[in-house]
Amino acid sequence: MDLKQLKSKIDIKEAVLIVLIILGALFIQYNNSNFLTWHNIADVLKNTSLLAILALGMMTVMLTGGIDLSVGSTVALSGMTSAVLLRDFPDLPLFVVIFAGLVVGLLSGLVLGTLVGKCGMIPTIASLGMRYILRGLTYLVGDNKWVSAHEMTPEFKALATDTTFGINNLVLVAIVIYIIALYFFNYNRTGRSFYAVGSNPLAAKITGLNINKTLLKAYAINGLLSGLVGVLWISRYASAQGDTASGYEMNVIAAAVLGGISLLGGAGRVTGLFLGVLVLGILDNALPLLNASVYWEDFITGAIILVAVVLNILINRREKKLEDARRII
Amino acid sequence: MQGELSDMRQLFKPNQKVKSLLVRWESLLVFILIAVLVINSFMSPNFLNWNTFINAPMSFMDKSFMALGMALVLMLGLIDISVGSIVALSGTAMGLAYHAGLPFSLALILSLLVGALCGFINGLLVTRFDEAPPMIITLATMSLYRGIAYILIENESLGEFPTWFAELGWGKVAGIPIILWAFIIFALIFWWLLHKTAYGREIRSIGFNKKASFYSGINANKNIILSYIILGTMSAITGLFLISRMSSVRADIAVGYELEAIAMVVLGGVSTGGGIGSIVGVIISTFIIGFVRYGLGLANASSQLITLIIGVLLIVAVIIDEQRNKNNTLTEEE
Repeated sequence: MDLKQLKSKIDIKEAVLIVLIILGALFIQYNNSNFLTWHNIADVLKNTSLLAILALGMMTVMLTGGIDLSVGSTVALSGMTSAVLLRDFPDLPLFVVIFAGLVVGLLSGLVLGTLVGKCGMIPTIASLGMRYILRGLTYLVGDNKWVSAHEMTPEFKALATDTTFGINNLVLVAIVIYIIALYFFNYNRTGRSFYAVGSNPLAAKITGLNINKTLLKAYAINGLLSGLVGVLWISRYASAQGDTASGYEMNVIAAAVLGGISLLGGAGRVTGLFLGVLVLGILDNALPLLNASVYWEDFITGAIILVAVVLNILINRREKKLEDARRII
Repeated sequence: MQGELSDMRQLFKPNQKVKSLLVRWESLLVFILIAVLVINSFMSPNFLNWNTFINAPMSFMDKSFMALGMALVLMLGLIDISVGSIVALSGTAMGLAYHAGLPFSLALILSLLVGALCGFINGLLVTRFDEAPPMIITLATMSLYRGIAYILIENESLGEFPTWFAELGWGKVAGIPIILWAFIIFALIFWWLLHKTAYGREIRSIGFNKKASFYSGINANKNIILSYIILGTMSAITGLFLISRMSSVRADIAVGYELEAIAMVVLGGVSTGGGIGSIVGVIISTFIIGFVRYGLGLANASSQLITLIIGVLLIVAVIIDEQRNKNNTLTEEE
């Protein structure tokens, strides 16, 4: 493999993330030797798996040049729907409960997709509105009350804690979805169409892509994944509340931006996304290990997004400059 | 001569059409406002009492100050969702300064300065890194500013302000709440700014067509930064009224205020694409949303239901706005 091929395989942003992860891990390990133990690493993976799935949904939407600020609310609403079903109809088979959560997520995604595609609303404004509508609905569905652990069936709670082939279920689900995503975004026609619509909508339209349909698909996938996470979320934390996952979209967007998904659409890779998610997961795990105060959390999330955005832009500018220089030669 | 005149008429035609559309939108808003007031009076017979009616703004007017500033930024085709956090941070700064022994008047000024600084940082980031959508940048500063407020006062609440400060939120002059007086004054200033000054014309032309405004010699970055500074300062003013009403400041105040401010502006007829809109519409719509909130409160609706309804209002307003723009461009093409 010559240098050029190698260069195209390794993205500079991903290389930066890998270096960052290694240096960070060494630093944390130096301060607290509990970090690099199998037990803790398994913990990091388990706690990051939900973020990883949501980030994939956000990537789908961001590739088309959109964004979804209603992710946290979608998670809450689908989780609450499943939880209320569990509480009121304990005899319902487990798959029906899970299915209900998925359907709610999918519907939310379809509504947002219609608003952005067919109605032509700016994604930020549309999802900002949806964020509050879905959050309000969550409170209405839950009747302003919590569904707590003792109201859920043990089988349901076991979803998130059980292991299959020695791997925690949540981690397993995330791995399966990421493997599908690797194929989907690289080789599938629909997966590629998101890139096409995001990088040049006009060209995509001329090549015969139905823009509105593609947007609808992207938001539907995002909604479906959010619905799945909603169900897993309440199984994991064994409680569904009105303010479940409130503001979590910040973390998801941070992970996606950090993972090199372009804010303007059309660019970004699953591998980069995974690294971005991992950075946030490690950070989440490390703050208590380093005895940092919880009040620093908001500040650190904000700072990370800002730094990621600025770095992203600076790298893009540099690449563009180099490309222009090459063209002139 | 005749030909020239008709050419000129042709030239001004679209402009007048935009204007007449706006007028229609504003009269529609007035009808909505009247409808909301009628529904409110059905819900509670006390509502038609002059005292209740004139006191109602005390409970919802604070966000309107922020909405006036938000109108400028949306008019530019940009957005700022960090305004709720600016309220928290500027309020926190005021509380800390006062408790550290600074005279209260200086603490007030400091809070405005912090608001302006936050706005300046937003504006600077938005103009220097204009590849990134302003939504993302202000999303980051939203968490950053609130994060700083949390770091500064954790979960404490700072209160015990001078007694006259409470007058800001609760007091009246000539039978009309001070907050309403203040809003009237600011509304007039903003109307003047947007419709009578070069600055107002410039931000509208930047929002309408950034490239064309650049070629006509308008300094877009200067205007953008200035608008963000104004919005930051107005957010701090919102904070002053809010804190005066609550008599203390915490790091978690004004969460979600950005939604309501944006909803007010969009419902007021300011296009989310930028360039189109008037302050009068925004002023009417702040009263609409305020009285919707107040009326739902009278009907004992939960606060969650209220946010749901405001979310729906926001989306409906934008869809109508899109439709309006579509019709507008269609008639222009004819």
